Amino acid sequence: MPEPARAAAREPVRGAARDVAVVAFAQSGHVRDSAATSEVEMLLPVLHDVLAQTGLRARDIDFTCSGSSDYLAGRAFSFTMALDGVGAWPPISESHVEMDGAWALYEAWVKILTGEADTALVYAYGKSSSGDVREVLTRQLDPYYVAPLWPDSVALAALQARALIDAGLTDERRPAGTAARRRGGPVRPPGEYVVAPLRTGDCPPVVDGAAAVVLAAGDTARRLTDRPAWIRGLDHRIEAHSLGVRDLTDSPSTRLAAERAGAFERPVDTAELHAPFASQEVVLRRALKLDGPRGAHVRINPSGGALAANPVMAAGLIRIGEAAARIRRGESDRALAHATSGPCLQQNLVAVLEGDPRPGTGGQPEEGQ
Amino acid sequence: MSKEPVAVVGIGQTKHVAARRDVSLAGLVREAAQRALDDAALHWADIDAVVIGKAPDFFEGVMMPELYLADALGAVGKPMLRVHTAGSVGGSTALVAANLVAARVHRTVLTLAFEKQSESNAMWGLSLPVPFQQPLLAGAGGFFAPHVRAYMRRTGAPDTVGSLVAYKDRRNALKNPYAHLHEHGLTLEKVQSSPMLWDPIRYSETCPSSDGACAMILTDHTGAAGSPRPPAWVHGGAMRSEPTLFAGKDFVSPQAGKDCAADVYRQAGITDPRRQIDAVEMYVPFSWYEPMWLENLGFAQEGEGWKLTEAGVTELDGDLPVNPSGGVLSTNPIGASGMIRFAEAALQVRGQAGEHQVDGARRALGHAYGGGSQFFAMWLVGAEPPAR
Repeated sequence: MPEPARAAAREPVRGAARDVAVVAFAQSGHVRDSAATSEVEMLLPVLHDVLAQTGLRARDIDFTCSGSSDYLAGRAFSFTMALDGVGAWPPISESHVEMDGAWALYEAWVKILTGEADTALVYAYGKSSSGDVREVLTRQLDPYYVAPLWPDSVALAALQARALIDAGLTDERRPAGTAARRRGGPVRPPGEYVVAPLRTGDCPPVVDGAAAVVLAAGDTARRLTDRPAWIRGLDHRIEAHSLGVRDLTDSPSTRLAAERAGAFERPVDTAELHAPFASQEVVLRRALKLDGPRGAHVRINPSGGALAANPVMAAGLIRIGEAAARIRRGESDRALAHATSGPCLQQNLVAVLEGDPRPGTGGQPEEGQ
Repeated sequence: MSKEPVAVVGIGQTKHVAARRDVSLAGLVREAAQRALDDAALHWADIDAVVIGKAPDFFEGVMMPELYLADALGAVGKPMLRVHTAGSVGGSTALVAANLVAARVHRTVLTLAFEKQSESNAMWGLSLPVPFQQPLLAGAGGFFAPHVRAYMRRTGAPDTVGSLVAYKDRRNALKNPYAHLHEHGLTLEKVQSSPMLWDPIRYSETCPSSDGACAMILTDHTGAAGSPRPPAWVHGGAMRSEPTLFAGKDFVSPQAGKDCAADVYRQAGITDPRRQIDAVEMYVPFSWYEPMWLENLGFAQEGEGWKLTEAGVTELDGDLPVNPSGGVLSTNPIGASGMIRFAEAALQVRGQAGEHQVDGARRALGHAYGGGSQFFAMWLVGAEPPAR
């Protein structure tokens, strides 16, 4: 039975909102196995890159926030060493979420909205090659009743894919077909079954990687870049944990987050979806109303999405970074970015990003600060 | 631009014990959250967002437990964030939640921190072998003992000061029904003759391993107006971090702690913390950290912190009570310990601290630190709304 996502008790309070933008984005090469480099070594070039794009130094950043998971590194407090890569001296105002970096970006966005910061550095990384990520992710499950059975992440995604096939929403042969065709690239060969009905082409590559974003408010953003990617809305919602009480063919939390982020108010031209499994893209396209005539002009995952590279804990932040980069390059005017966490799309975040109107495009100037 | 004032209108915690074998992780957090809601006279439906924190996932062996705990915390259909900043996490979590209200993103937020150490073994959770790095020297005591020794050498403090702190905090804990350790027959002599664990830190000068959770309901000006009990108002809050290890680091009095306190005092208009602050809940997992943090937080001149402790200034009836609740030395569900400090500071200014109430407390400081004394989180709460 579909579970209705409960709306929050009251409308959010609309106060003195601030314009906040993504002004820089950098990511590492995403490699199968980074055994030769530590987390800090993987992160350092990315941090240098993103700061160099803005001309800022670590000490100029008002707030820093990161996302990562101890379970990937196989050690407690793994993020404490990553902080060394930032160069936190003199001491910095800093925080960390044990979540995908997209949620670190959310925390940083809120911090800027309070007026306590004008700039923020957000970074995320994951080195899943340190272990067997399919087994590691089983430790996310209910520790008393489910985790002891070790159902791995691909098996759970396969359950979701099967539910979609049974509902007639996708095709046994090619859960990812539509998405691949939209991207204009060659359809990936389906490959062997990993866990039926998912084949290798439907599953994400297991890679290590890192990403970083710089956020800035208002005039600071305009000073740091020619075309800031303004965050027009940002919201995230979680669903029940147990798969038995969720309709795996739907994502009410994504739909609610998109509504709250204002995604449905006007059409977007780009959507970066964090769908590690091809079948999950089908769920997200439906929840975000990207199918049918409304979605005909939307470029979905022009970056290749999580099926091209899925560094765990950074892949969601990368979706926001890729969407922002398209806006900054002038390839998009209004983009949606999505991040997910948990088994079978349990938790979802949606960001809506816009660029200022470009000369000659006929757009009306946006309101100032 | 102006921020929305933030009020603490509900506080709930569990009775902290060595092992809560009667409840699951979900049951534990639910208990604290329900008590906070009851205190605020609110219902689950009144909560707009949930922000939780805990120390490493290895302590219970559950990766990203916010996913599993979403149902128990009434978060389904709502935003849920999970903060992790090592030992300071309970404080950082409260600050992240407070920012959601301050930024006017949400009106009423549930924040909660927990640890159920009995599900695992914190000693081993912290001692996983890491290639090419120094192991953590058999638990936190091994890491901090040399820094305590450095403090004693630097200040000339007599070696009796640590036991005074432990004796005081454990007596304060007797007045706090939620505290883990209730050592009724404790004497100063017993503390001083307890076994030496990590010289100079004795058994009775260390924190216990606790199961427990602490929750708070934070709301805006309108929400506070409907509160049945007096709210505590957030006058200032800040986090600071510095690297774990580097040549210039002062482990006795880290710069990040000084900067964090200075930021909080600036926001709250505090110019003389010793006179203007009525009660302090500071993160003291090993007794000697009381005199050390008294200096780091600006309550005493450098080298003088131990003199305040020795003179009884930090006793419950002293002129600057420190850890009236019994502190981390009496209760340590690691991930929750920072939030308990923040919550106890709020209880004091609400006048709701029961037997360990500091008479006339109007302004109180909550303090947390973590990692190798590298992460700091603090807030200052008051009985009056902040002047804007």
